[in-house]
Amino acid sequence: MGEYIIEMLNITKDFPGIRANDDVILQLKKGEIHALLGENGAGKSTLMSILFGLYKPDAGRILKNGKEVHISDPNDANRLGIGMVHQHFKLVHNFTVLENIILGVETTEKGMLKMDAARDRVMELSERYGLKVEPDLLISDITVGMQQRVEILKMLYRDNEILIFDEPTAVLTPQEIEELMLVMRGMADEGKSILFITHKLEEIKKVADRCTVLRKGKMVATVPVATTSVEEMAEMMVGRKMRFTIDKDEVSVGKPILSVNNLCVKGAHEKNAVDNVSFDVHEGEIVCIVGIDGNGQSELAYAIAGLMDVESGSIKFMGEDISRARVRERNDLGLAHIPEDRHKYGLVLDFDLQQNLALKNYYAPELQNRGFINFPAVRKQADMLIEKFDIRSAQGADTMARSMSGGNQQKAIIAREINADPKLLIAVQPTRGLDVGAMMYIHEQLLKQRKEGKAVLLISLELDEVFQLSDRILVIYEGKIVAQLAAKDATPQLLGLYMAGSKGESA
Amino acid sequence: MSRIKKWLLSISPSLIAILSGIFAGFIILLISNPASAFNGLVVILKGGWNNGMKGLGQVLYYATPIILTGLSVGFAFKTGMFNIGASGQLVVGALMSIYVGINWTFLPGHLHWIVAMLMGTLAGMVWGMLVGLLKAYRNVNEVISAIMFNYIGMYGVNYLIKSSDTMYDILRNQTVNVAKNAVIPKAGLDNIFYIVKGRFHDASSVNGGILIAVLIAILIYIMINKTAFGYELRACGYNRHASRYAGINEKKAIVASMSIAGALSGVAGALMYLAPSTGMHIHVTEVLASEGFNGIAVALLGMSNPIGIIFAGLFIAHITVGGAFLQSLGYMKEVIDVIVGLIIYFSAFSLLMRDVMTSIRRKHGRKVLNTEGKEAKC
Repeated sequence: MGEYIIEMLNITKDFPGIRANDDVILQLKKGEIHALLGENGAGKSTLMSILFGLYKPDAGRILKNGKEVHISDPNDANRLGIGMVHQHFKLVHNFTVLENIILGVETTEKGMLKMDAARDRVMELSERYGLKVEPDLLISDITVGMQQRVEILKMLYRDNEILIFDEPTAVLTPQEIEELMLVMRGMADEGKSILFITHKLEEIKKVADRCTVLRKGKMVATVPVATTSVEEMAEMMVGRKMRFTIDKDEVSVGKPILSVNNLCVKGAHEKNAVDNVSFDVHEGEIVCIVGIDGNGQSELAYAIAGLMDVESGSIKFMGEDISRARVRERNDLGLAHIPEDRHKYGLVLDFDLQQNLALKNYYAPELQNRGFINFPAVRKQADMLIEKFDIRSAQGADTMARSMSGGNQQKAIIAREINADPKLLIAVQPTRGLDVGAMMYIHEQLLKQRKEGKAVLLISLELDEVFQLSDRILVIYEGKIVAQLAAKDATPQLLGLYMAGSKGESA
Repeated sequence: MSRIKKWLLSISPSLIAILSGIFAGFIILLISNPASAFNGLVVILKGGWNNGMKGLGQVLYYATPIILTGLSVGFAFKTGMFNIGASGQLVVGALMSIYVGINWTFLPGHLHWIVAMLMGTLAGMVWGMLVGLLKAYRNVNEVISAIMFNYIGMYGVNYLIKSSDTMYDILRNQTVNVAKNAVIPKAGLDNIFYIVKGRFHDASSVNGGILIAVLIAILIYIMINKTAFGYELRACGYNRHASRYAGINEKKAIVASMSIAGALSGVAGALMYLAPSTGMHIHVTEVLASEGFNGIAVALLGMSNPIGIIFAGLFIAHITVGGAFLQSLGYMKEVIDVIVGLIIYFSAFSLLMRDVMTSIRRKHGRKVLNTEGKEAKC
């Protein structure tokens, strides 16, 4: 023995109605970076949650250095030297960096905090691993990238030797990703063992030593990264050959549909979340707004859709000023919206599918008769859309939206929005949380809209998606549009610089 | 077959709740007088049947207002709000209908009771609407404002009665009888629900109000489930954000829903008090009308379904009437109140517990979903 620091053997975990992990084996060597690859819902998070003590496995054993251990809560995991950087950071926002790092393991003397010793230790770790942080700044004042470094330092400060990274690159710019890779390599060289959850193949290729692929809760294989091609890994992940690109026809761009002029939208704080933004979207074009999450893109979408008030500036839709129009008026004019949060805005989860598909047109003459809803017509519309958009569910039109899978929920929203035959389609992170099949499908639908001469405003955090779909790219940083590029002129590196705000306002 | 099965499945939680309520009541019977506990249980469960057709009529009579307040609470539930203000809306509606019933004697024939009832409905509606307006435009929690409006309603009504020349009966400290034309017609029900006492027909108190209540329940059922307006209200109840996204004016929906809830409680008040022959008068006491709170139990037991609420109201009236006969077994009146109250609220409460439990389970399930969903968010 001795080769593996952590072994998860024959792990099985059931949730009501689904087997999240089925006889999974994961063996982590000391000092290696081990990637855990799988589509959404493949069971990666569940497996890591078991290792971190958040879930109890229904079957299987966990070994550390060959000895069986029982991890019933995160404290157990910590004692065993297992640390985790969650995708959504668990930091106290009104505490300083230093206070966050020592939280829970404070060194005290007669009940008083001993900060100096802690500070020296943090600075030493920060230096050694190249994790630059400002110990006295509040978490709320630092960038997402630095917050992540704080999370990593938290693990190092606790002398964790097994480090779990849950989708760590999701919130970073290309440059920051580069930096993180170096840090991970450095930590592995120092003898730390790293588990790296991701579904991005290039990152695995770049940094990981070995890779375990999960599909639908089952382990497909554990392969050495150096001798496995990206295509092979992708095939293992999806279970079939994958097309990486979709065809994009040339479409001639028509007249402007949406014109946003000097738009300002108030955020949660005093600062404007959207700050003096102007742009147009034309017929037959996909305009994409990129930026790191939380830079005002959500507020921009809500303002255009009418869910948030406009502070100043104007939104013109086919020449008509709609900046103060009600949501219903905008919808009736031909504005469709695939919202960012499909559970909060997109669906009434306790309605069945047919009523959800009628959410935007239940009042229209074809579904309503003197105030009474024409339920046979609602069902007919639902059956038509289910067929046309291949929405899969247990009981067809009668299925409760809540019980549908994320991909099919999203398909339902897209079906409803496209069915309204809109002039403009606002799609906010339309493929978030979806598997590759559903993602490809949605991309095809957006391109189809473009081909039909519709205007599409796409807001996405996924650069791959942006490059695949967009005709023009606008970069948003702290509520301002800092760059406007044609898609063919943009590179990930260039976008990254704009997204991080380190390149000036040349727009 | 599957339809019947589905139906049974949908009412089974209510049945289980009722059984657990009866069990809880039985325990109190055992504690207070073990010897006649079993007989006592039989008496309670026989309800109105203890006194033949008259007893049944009494059940219908007691059921009338609580079916309506149950509808009021249940309707608000459906649209995502908790109407704890049924009591205040009821008493305000009652006062208005009594006022009209006493003073507007210029109204001829049947028009008098109809107008009195409608005016009571309107008053209850206004009382509910105020709560809705506060919620929609000032973001005041409807529970807090409704509780306050209960007291404002009660004290306000007491004040208005006492300061009125025409309505106040000083000797009895209550309202005087309404005019004959303002009394809800018996609709022939007194010829069905009676027992023979010597040469007399001893009729029950039931009147046409029960028919009106059932009719209103059916109308509400149709409105909620079949109309575009009901669709909007339900959408708002389930998910306010999605409704806004769909272009539904959710503020208007809140006001409309609370207004309708108030109107339903208002009718309840009107139907209760436009029947002086049965001894119903507003007493000037500082007690909130219990029918308003029983409405919460009725709505829970009927699972906010208007048709379910009819049966839930009948059941609770049945138990209440049954309890009244317990005195013949030597149970004290207070103990009877405790037993009946326990059965009613245990029934409703166990159902509430079930809802809480499923919602916790659901939230937990969503958490699992969310962690899965996080994976591909980039």
